[in-house]
Parts: sequence; C-alpha cells; structure tokens
Amino acid sequence: MTAESKVLIPDKEIDCIGLFCPMPIVKTREAIQEMRTGELLAMLSDDPASDADMRSWCQGTGHELEEVTREGGVFRFLVRKTR
Amino acid sequence: MERGGAAPDRVYFDYAGFAPVDPRVLAVMRPFLEAGIGNPSAPHSLGSEARESLEAARAKVARLVGGSGTGVIFTSGATEANNLAIRGVAMRAGAGARHVITSAVEHISVLNACRDLEKTGAAVTVLPVDGEGRVSPDEVRRALRPETTFVSIGAACTEIGTMQPLTDIARITRAAGVPLHVDGVGALGRMPFAAAAMGFDLVTVSSNDLYGPPGAGALWVRPGLKISPQILGGGQEGGYRSGTENLPALVGLGVAAELMRAEAAHGEPTRLAALRDHLVDTVLASLPECRLTGSRLGRLPHHVSLVLRGAKADSVLLDLDLCGVAASSGSACAQRTGTPSHVLRAIGCAPQEMEGSLCFTMGRWSTMAEVDAVIERLPPIVARLRSLALPAQR
Repeated sequence: MTAESKVLIPDKEIDCIGLFCPMPIVKTREAIQEMRTGELLAMLSDDPASDADMRSWCQGTGHELEEVTREGGVFRFLVRKTR
Repeated sequence: MERGGAAPDRVYFDYAGFAPVDPRVLAVMRPFLEAGIGNPSAPHSLGSEARESLEAARAKVARLVGGSGTGVIFTSGATEANNLAIRGVAMRAGAGARHVITSAVEHISVLNACRDLEKTGAAVTVLPVDGEGRVSPDEVRRALRPETTFVSIGAACTEIGTMQPLTDIARITRAAGVPLHVDGVGALGRMPFAAAAMGFDLVTVSSNDLYGPPGAGALWVRPGLKISPQILGGGQEGGYRSGTENLPALVGLGVAAELMRAEAAHGEPTRLAALRDHLVDTVLASLPECRLTGSRLGRLPHHVSLVLRGAKADSVLLDLDLCGVAASSGSACAQRTGTPSHVLRAIGCAPQEMEGSLCFTMGRWSTMAEVDAVIERLPPIVARLRSLALPAQR
C-alpha cells in the first residue's frame, strides 16, 4: 500500500466477499448510483475475476478507479464517482 | 414448410432465455400435482408409484444424453448441475482440485464454479477461443497437466451458437484419463449427442431447454466416476443430491427429453436450421454494418446472433418489443452490469459492435411467417435508431 493510499477515505464501503460475477459489479453500480459526484466508494471482493471486471467497468462508465489493493485473496477497489 | 400467411402479431424468439413448456409435458405433470403422487421415498403405494415414475423419467433423460440411466442425478436445473459436476469432481479429488481447464465462452455458472476453486488454491486455465468462439482441441491438449482434475467445455455456446468440437476434445481427455464435463444446454436434441460413445464423463441437462418445466435439470455421470455431493441430507438421488425430488417437474423433464429425442429423429433440427438460415441470410443482406457472431456452419440450428454498429441493443430490443417481437441481447449478466459480455470479449468483438448484440433463438412453435415478420420489422428499427445517433456514436 502506498503512502498516498492511506489518505483516501471512502465515503461508502460495500462488502462483496463471497459473491461472483456479475454481483460485485451490480452492487458497485447500485452503490455508485446512490452517491454524489466526487464521492469515493470502496468495494471488497474475493472473486478472482473482479480485478479485470472492475477495470473494464470503470473504463466503460468513466468512473475513476483510484486504487486497487490486494490482501490475501481479497481485493479492495476505490472508485471515485465522476458524473 | 409453412410460408407466408398473415403476419403474426407476436413473435417469440427468446427460446434460449425461456422456452414455453410443451402442453404434452404439462398434461403428464398435472396428475402428479393433483393426485398425491409426490414423494418417491414414501412407504405407501403412492410412494411406490412415485418411485416408478421417477425412475422412468431417469431412463428417458439418459436416453437423450446417450448414457446409462443409473448415471442420472436430478437437480434443480442446469446451474446446479454445473456446480455439482465441477465442485463434486474437485472435492472428490483427494486434496482438492489442483488444476482445471475450461474455456472463455462457458456459461457463468461454469466460470464462477471454477473461480471458486481458484480461491481454494486450484490453478484455472481458461482457454481462449477463435473468432467464432470455437475451442481448439490442440489447446486442450497443450493445457493438460499431470495434475489436471477435469476439463469443462460446453457442447455449444448459448450466446453465439457455436458448437464445440467435442468428439476431438473427448478423445484427448479420454487418452489423458481426465474427466470431461460437457454442459449440454442448447445442444441436447439439437445436435448429435451420445455421451457414453463420445467419451463424455459428465453432462449437464436443463429441463426448460427441452420445453420442460423450469426449476428442474440433471447431471449425468459416467458409471464408475465418483463425485462428492454438494447438497447433504436424506440421501435422495443415490446420496448425490439430497432433498425430496420435485417429482412433477422431473416427470415433466422425462417427457420433455423423450419428445426432444423423437423430434430430433424426425427432422426438427433441420426445420429449425432452415428458419435460422433464412433469417441470417436476409438480415445480413438487408442490414449494412451487421454481421453474424459465432460460426456460420457449425452452429446450433435454432440460434441467430448478430452484432450491429451504430445502434444499441437495448434500444433495438425495446423497439422490437413494441412491434411485437421478443428477442434478447444474448447475455443477461451483461445487461445487469452494463458491461460487454465475456463471450463477445473472448471472440474479439470491437467495442462499437458489443453494444449492438442481438440474439434470436427459435423453437418448436416458431414458423417461417414469424421469421418473415422479424425480417420486415428489424431493418427499419435499426435504420431509425442509426439516424438518431450522434455522428460520434455511429
């Protein structure tokens, strides 16, 4: 984890551990829809495919994937709502 | 073949999403819902009747699959059967699965079950496919390792219709002594299928795919292959799938399997292929910037999948619905996430194409008049949507 990442405090966190595609993306999408532009969402997932899926979803939607960390088998994605 | 006639008001071309249950199936199911013939484990005479009916259904499913009846384990559907196959073989393999092989165009229930094994330490090889979605048998051969626990390849990709070279793949897995799981959804009764003779070890069956009731399915397991049960309880289904059997649905599945087998012998796949080819040929000739996805020749007889540029599938499907045509984009998962489907990504579709993915799947009650209705209604819808799109979106 970088020094910069320590200052990123999410406005909301969702736990998708144990869920598989498409649910981490579905729940991320639902959470982002309820947030304000500029807010930061943390999403936890242990689906091995979620790294590629989240990058693809952020690229497609334009939301900013600010950070991806992995501890053990759990990914933590920080997504900034851009619009 | 039926031609012409009045244009139908409603056209249902989403059989892969949900197939209407055949009235003959419903008629056989009805007494099992109404007359107390329910629990095959019951000690009374109605229980005995239920057992006989269950075993008759088992034999019918086995005949469609092309294997022995003792190998049929009834489940709640194809998703459960895929999970039972993958997790069941993996759990049975001593210290668990160490390496498994599947492909990039499998159903999400196969891919997610394999990803779950990955979380417990198994290596998962996801084989790439060619531009038509076909798995190369040579790639299967190259991916095999001494520790490979199983290979799971669907008989056909239900999103783009491509049939897989299963005979060649099975020859390879057989020679290597590695179990081959085949998801038979879309393919059973629509393409040549003989599980035992072709060297398959596990086959997934969906009831609704055969015009049977939803909520029922089966996993056929080659006699001698042992798996670990995933649902524990009173030991129904030989102990491999506990829980009182859903007898009305399973009797329905048996009848549906028998009807599917009889229809295949009487040319139904050929009739469907004629509908499919007329739809494909005419739409491709009349719609610019539109192409077929999947194989042109080696595809399921009831399946048409297209991608078109300059119009989004959601809009096309909405307009088609307003015109009385029910179709789909091919991937329910992709619709829920708003992201391109994993199958279209795997076959290398351009991003502009992936948004315009359409899927027309036909079935037992589809007619040429319905195909003609789609041919008439689709092009103006696409033309109108393209004319509304901003230049950058085209």
